[in-house]
Amino acid sequence: MAFREYKIGSRMFAFALGSSMMITLYFPSKDIASVQATKTALNRQLSFGRIGGFSVEDPFLKGKGKPVTVFLNKDPKTGQPIEPVTAYVYPAGVPFPSGLRHPRILGEGVKDLSLGQGRIADAKEGSGAVFVVSEAGFNGKTLSYIENATATRGWQPGEAVAAAGDANSRYIGSGKIMFVREGCWWCHTLLPEETQDWQYFGAPPMLGDFNGESPTAFGSDRKAPDLLHVASRNSSREWMTMHFYNPRLVQTHSIMPRYDYLWGEKDAAGNKIDYDKWRAEYNEYVAGKRVYAPEVPQPAAESEARMLIDFVLALK
Amino acid sequence: MLKYLFAKEEDIPPGTAAIFFGFSSIVWFVLGTGLGSFNAAKLAFPDFVTGIELISFGHMRQVHVLAVILGWISMAFAMTMMYITPALGNTKLWSEKLGVWNCFLWNIGLAFGLFLLWNGVSSGREYSDMPWFIDLVVIFGVLFPLGINVWMTIKNRRTQGIYTTNWFFGAATFMVIVVFLVGNMPEFFNLTGLTEAYLTWWFAHNVLGLWITPVAAAISYYVVPKVTGNPLYSHRIGHLHFWSVVVFYSTPAAHHLMSAPLPEWLKSFASVEGVLILVPAIAFVSNLLLTMHGKWRMFVENVEIKYTITGVLLAIPLNMQGGFQQTRAINWYVHGTGWIVAHAHLALLGFSTFLEAAAVYYGLQVLLRRKVYSLSLSNFHFWMLLIGFSTYWISMTIAGLIQGAGKIYEVPYIDVVIAEHPYMIARWVGGTMVFIGNIVWMYNMWMTARAGTPIPAGRLPHELAYER
Repeated sequence: MAFREYKIGSRMFAFALGSSMMITLYFPSKDIASVQATKTALNRQLSFGRIGGFSVEDPFLKGKGKPVTVFLNKDPKTGQPIEPVTAYVYPAGVPFPSGLRHPRILGEGVKDLSLGQGRIADAKEGSGAVFVVSEAGFNGKTLSYIENATATRGWQPGEAVAAAGDANSRYIGSGKIMFVREGCWWCHTLLPEETQDWQYFGAPPMLGDFNGESPTAFGSDRKAPDLLHVASRNSSREWMTMHFYNPRLVQTHSIMPRYDYLWGEKDAAGNKIDYDKWRAEYNEYVAGKRVYAPEVPQPAAESEARMLIDFVLALK
Repeated sequence: MLKYLFAKEEDIPPGTAAIFFGFSSIVWFVLGTGLGSFNAAKLAFPDFVTGIELISFGHMRQVHVLAVILGWISMAFAMTMMYITPALGNTKLWSEKLGVWNCFLWNIGLAFGLFLLWNGVSSGREYSDMPWFIDLVVIFGVLFPLGINVWMTIKNRRTQGIYTTNWFFGAATFMVIVVFLVGNMPEFFNLTGLTEAYLTWWFAHNVLGLWITPVAAAISYYVVPKVTGNPLYSHRIGHLHFWSVVVFYSTPAAHHLMSAPLPEWLKSFASVEGVLILVPAIAFVSNLLLTMHGKWRMFVENVEIKYTITGVLLAIPLNMQGGFQQTRAINWYVHGTGWIVAHAHLALLGFSTFLEAAAVYYGLQVLLRRKVYSLSLSNFHFWMLLIGFSTYWISMTIAGLIQGAGKIYEVPYIDVVIAEHPYMIARWVGGTMVFIGNIVWMYNMWMTARAGTPIPAGRLPHELAYER
């Protein structure tokens, strides 16, 4: 028997499935593609880099190939004091986020300003670049756009990192990799809901807040507080450090896992971390045999814990 | 298995691929539910094995989900397709060898993908967590060969019409390939922003709607008439089911992102279409329950019918929840809470698993020509699954309502965590019961192959009395 006798059925099937794909894929993609990127979206994608999950440049999710976010209060080229500015440093070879590779996705206006005044088309991944988010008028409205500071101000990636120093550098993009790899988003959503979350977790995101970001990692199964604005509620690096090492040091009833393994071999002072000793002392503390919990080691500058804390403290 | 990979097609006994798929699916079910039980223990007791990267919750949760979906459920589907499609076409499977290779590559590919996922190599997209090169293996090494075998077997059938089950099989194998190709485009082409978020949920919704739900239903369209001896109550209602799945179930993907900043028209449209899911659901449930007419004693006496009808009955609360919890009127309360986790387990562990377990029980007995080893163990498995699942579902539903109340009354989140704690323990107990039941099942089916009573030619397994 051939399929011939099912000619009507197979055409009906193609029509039915085709129509539903038209409505659920084509129309929404037209709508979403026309969304204008907000300032939040520009900051997010510039600090996260190209992809927040598996990628060719970072196949084992170690936080490689990601930009460094720096806070500058002097011009890295001339050394003159300037208005404090957040700059996104892409050393040579670090892939650019989607908004720079495909400016079309930034939406009307933002695209034109970024390409025109921002000169983002001049930035090359091979030689690296420094970006800032600036504002300008477009058709009577003030819009944020991406400025290629390497072209407009002559800032070089190496100079910008050196001018900021480690204290003013944040590994936010690498931290997002940790957030995805360690599965933080299985419990912590990044999406205050549009109905009842306003008071407690802050404003829900806007339509254009995610242009250029992948994955968005909204999360669906909330077992813990929403984190989209967590740093606005709690910006203490000390609290975060203790909380990641062992959440029950700061929140007795927390069911969050310990992330002490992100500290790696050595602490900030270069001393080897003795996990067994720490855990034994913590158990004594829990059993009431010690008055104070053992001291949490400070994470080393290059440690994964530092990256993750940088990411979480950037969620404002 | 290895000896059949390079055997000639005519040297491979019919049913070989189905048997391999059947046993593989049971093994993945044991692994998947074992991981689920372990994960649940970590949510109930956070300091239970702690501080080690590879056994932290965030590394294992997605392995549990995908081991169950792609290992247990999808392999059980492949098993049923490999024996039901030819049986309904009065013919042989198009290529037994392709089936054996399919099973081999599926196990290897899935094990590799889950190994990477376990180590944290993830795309960060729920349900499509596997990195894109594993997605390509799944599409072209797993789903496409399966589809070819099903389509060609249907094409080479020796019956005039195509029975309901085979419409679903033929269409679902095609649709799942489309779903994987389109749903993973954010990874293939680095699509970003809301497009990525929407396609993630478009994929998750349609894997359930165009693969798991219709194929599970199709299985019961075969098992119930075959085992009871009653003809299907109505082919017309079967038509209604099929077409309403294609039209209504493929459209409401956006209702998973009801509280996200998607275009409002899309959310409203998805919500209306979501309620229309009740059309295929009611068609399916009524058709199967009416087919049972005059044979209801088999619901008690026969293991396969017991499983299938339990699964069909669980489709009633499943679709009542599913149809209405996604409307704006209700979604704001339950979105992102344990209620949804309970609902997902009602779909996959309740409704779907019971239908597949029946088909795997039945198929392995038919293909091995052996009566199931122990009826007592089968019944034990059934009750462990049902009581374990119910414990899980009820406790997570209550936990979800607590979370919803906490959300609207702006209770400090830690108080919600404290209030949920007893239900987390209950969830772990329920999941562990399912896991133990599955170990028993694996033993029972292994012993069926080794020591089950042989079934004489021309007889069906359920016609023989149980000996143990």
